[in-house]
Amino acid sequence: MTIATPRVGVITFPGSLDDRDALRAVETMGGEGVELWHADHDLRGVDAVVLPGGFSYGDYLRCGAIAGHAPILDDVRAFADRGGPVLGICNGFQILCEAGLLPGALIRNASLRFVCVDVFLRVETSQTPVTSELVPGEVVEIPVKHGEGQYVATTEQLQEIEDGGLVVFRYADARGEVTERANPNGSIDNIAGVRSPAGNVVGLMPHPEHAVDPDVGPTGGQPVIASLLASALAGASA
Amino acid sequence: MSDEPRHRQLGLADDEFERIRAALGRDPRPAELAMYAAMWSEHCSYKSSKLHLKTLPTEGDAVLVGPGQDAGAVDLGEGMAAVFKMESHSHPSAIEPYQGAATGVGGIVRDIVSMGARPVALLDPLMFGSLTEPRNRWLLEGVVAGIGGYGNCIGVPTVGGEIRFAEPHSANPTVDVMCVGLAEVDALVSGTSLTPHVGSLMVLYGATTGRDGIGGVSVLASAALDERDDARPSVQIGDPFAEKLLIEASLELISRGLLEGLQDLGGAGITCAVSESAARAGMGARLDLDAVPLREPSMQASEILTSESQERMLAIVHPSRLDEVRAECERWGLQIAVIAELVDGDTLSVTHRGEVVAEVPATSLVEDGPVYDRPRAPPVVLPDPVDDPALLRFEGDLLEALEAVLAAPNVASKRWVWQQYDSVVQGQTVTGSGSDAAIVRVPGTMKALALSTDGKGRYGALDPYLGAMHAVAEAARNVAVSGARPLAITNCLNFGNPERPLVMWQFAESIRGMRDACLALDTPVTGGNVSFYNESGDSAIWPTPVVGMLGLLDDHRLRVPTGFPGAGLAVYLLGETFPELGGSEFAEAVLGVVVGRPPALDLDRERAMHELLIEAASMDAIASAHDCGDGGLVIALVESAIEGGHGFAVTIATDLPDHIALFSESASRAVVGVAPEHEGTFVDLAASRGVPATRLGETGGPRVVFAGLFETTVADLREIYETAIPRLLGEAV
Repeated sequence: MTIATPRVGVITFPGSLDDRDALRAVETMGGEGVELWHADHDLRGVDAVVLPGGFSYGDYLRCGAIAGHAPILDDVRAFADRGGPVLGICNGFQILCEAGLLPGALIRNASLRFVCVDVFLRVETSQTPVTSELVPGEVVEIPVKHGEGQYVATTEQLQEIEDGGLVVFRYADARGEVTERANPNGSIDNIAGVRSPAGNVVGLMPHPEHAVDPDVGPTGGQPVIASLLASALAGASA
Repeated sequence: MSDEPRHRQLGLADDEFERIRAALGRDPRPAELAMYAAMWSEHCSYKSSKLHLKTLPTEGDAVLVGPGQDAGAVDLGEGMAAVFKMESHSHPSAIEPYQGAATGVGGIVRDIVSMGARPVALLDPLMFGSLTEPRNRWLLEGVVAGIGGYGNCIGVPTVGGEIRFAEPHSANPTVDVMCVGLAEVDALVSGTSLTPHVGSLMVLYGATTGRDGIGGVSVLASAALDERDDARPSVQIGDPFAEKLLIEASLELISRGLLEGLQDLGGAGITCAVSESAARAGMGARLDLDAVPLREPSMQASEILTSESQERMLAIVHPSRLDEVRAECERWGLQIAVIAELVDGDTLSVTHRGEVVAEVPATSLVEDGPVYDRPRAPPVVLPDPVDDPALLRFEGDLLEALEAVLAAPNVASKRWVWQQYDSVVQGQTVTGSGSDAAIVRVPGTMKALALSTDGKGRYGALDPYLGAMHAVAEAARNVAVSGARPLAITNCLNFGNPERPLVMWQFAESIRGMRDACLALDTPVTGGNVSFYNESGDSAIWPTPVVGMLGLLDDHRLRVPTGFPGAGLAVYLLGETFPELGGSEFAEAVLGVVVGRPPALDLDRERAMHELLIEAASMDAIASAHDCGDGGLVIALVESAIEGGHGFAVTIATDLPDHIALFSESASRAVVGVAPEHEGTFVDLAASRGVPATRLGETGGPRVVFAGLFETTVADLREIYETAIPRLLGEAV
């Protein structure tokens, strides 16, 4: 019996910044990181796709707006339609919202300032590719670093999101209490990450790829990346 | 329209104009005059500082590249090199704080990239006037937003810096930016590592060239503030997205071996990049301005030549590799144009719209600028030694004094600032702002860089020689307390108008102090920057040499944290406390005076303490170490408790008056936390190195106890420490 290694693709757009960090996190956690290029129509047969953090296209127009039209997004859509696991981190989350693959939108932080700080997240569901190894109610510590991370949605959208159990993470305190103080950017209902109705596409503002190495900070990203790798493997052998 | 002769409008003195005529053997053409004005400006030519800078020690075993290149480089071992430099962007920031700071970041990053190194860390030492003035709050907020706005977008973490407040900076903020990069030693691009050929092409890539920043160096950076009220168009505008693409493309071009030379465009734009590259190669160049991609088609020759539009690089490319270079730039969406060719001889000839607009010897622009030995004169009124704050009676409440000093802007937490910076990207930041030194791992090794910036203008005002020595010593101390060995420095020398003999005296004294300290501590200078003319009206900034120290930890796991990491640790004070409140935070915050002499500095004792800390760290014998700096011993202890989250109980046994024992800022001291099982080793080590080590007490619990004096809680102190700056900025806390 051979042990397969899940292959996780990370897309580099012009202006992506945390692409190398995402690749390194995948490798650290035992997966194979695969570099993908925005202008190629080629996902190189990966088992999961990550849209990393950064300032793709300089945040021109709106964050993530232009990346939504990159050639590779066609392939990402098709991959998502087939049920492939797709994870958008920070700018990646913004891109997925702009591309219509996730509900809601991200706007400027309520403080109007960029914030780089470790936050606690409460897991809301284990029914996603990035929380399959976690338990609802569990708390993980992960850094955020963004200026446009305030999650917003129309009243109707929010109803669908909450009713549909689409919230994946909420900002909380160390004990898992969802409080205003624990919210770094004013996101409605302390929403830090959501999933698509089908469940295989997830976006979150915090950076799990920056929380796998104990030498540099908290390690709340380890179970998130581990879940992604497990889901990728499950999909690959399906 | 001014009646001033054109050369004066451009910032050239009459005798400089004569020098140009002598060099050319005729009157200069308009474009030539513009080129000389830019290249011979203070900012580009260092004409007032060169003579003094030559006295700084620049050599050492670890130095790979010294001053004179785009940045300095030191050998880290295992085939790796660190490339680093600091620069100032104070003048544009005083006028347009966001863009001034942003383009400061952009410029220094490009200096690092042009050496073939990937930028891995940014540090920003900043100085402003009092935050009680709205303008200074505006400047602080703008500068911080600009540093973050640019730095956060290019994927380089901002991991350290300093923010200090001093009245003389009120109209003249100091904005210095340091960048550190990593490269394999074999891949370093320096003036001697690549060989250009006659006939090789000079290729401009990156952003288009526009009218922004014209006069940036010749006018903005080379004259006092009130002479340049309408200087706003001289402020450059930055585009961090373009910079990110530039970084990736440039590093690719270098790693693929496609270039014969690389230089970034900064002060004096195309003129500087082309003339310096040609002069370095020992050649001349033929430059065609029609080939330069322009933002505005109507630009004149002088404008194209001196534009300081950002995010542009100049590469030297052999014709056989041009297609590959073009393809790489296009992959990253960058404009690229062949603008010049290297030729035999020394002449830089420039054509525009079919006409020759300039023909000058390249070396004349680059090397033959004036070198001034400007007159120096010490101050008429020397500080009165009797004016010593340690002689003043103090009968106030010690806890209240502690709280006042803890809340003083120079001391209080700057978290409000550094949480606006991405300190995490690239995943190598072990510890960033809030620690004595930033620790950044070197990927592929167990090593880590230890980085610190320091510069105490208050000391420099009282004694420029001592002030500069303290800057070097403190920077080295901050590196040593983290267990790392200080290797080399870069610097930013921020001063007033060099045409004033007092300022020139301050500068010369500062250089003398820096030299003595660098020699004693074995930290050569690998490069840096001089920023003159930081003054407006009668108000010049204090002499503020800022030091950027680069240190090395052989094993990042052995780095020593700043805060007390646990309870039950023995608390030691290294070094000796003398009655020294001159220029201290206590004197300013509590007594309301800035007088006296700065503390004495015995460089041998300082070095001995560093060696002790480095050795103890390598043996894993110390749990924490924190430099005694602003506010003295009491602040060092309190900060260690706040940072680590553990209180302490200490007894300060001393013959000195209590307030002096607590707040004296005597040099060469550190607060160290030692686990009981290592105490014996540590004490023996200190004794063997002749470093006084006094056991003060122990860590533990939520309280902070100074036996027989006062006590309080870590929580209360943390509240004061963390909310002081936000309160001053009018934020809800």
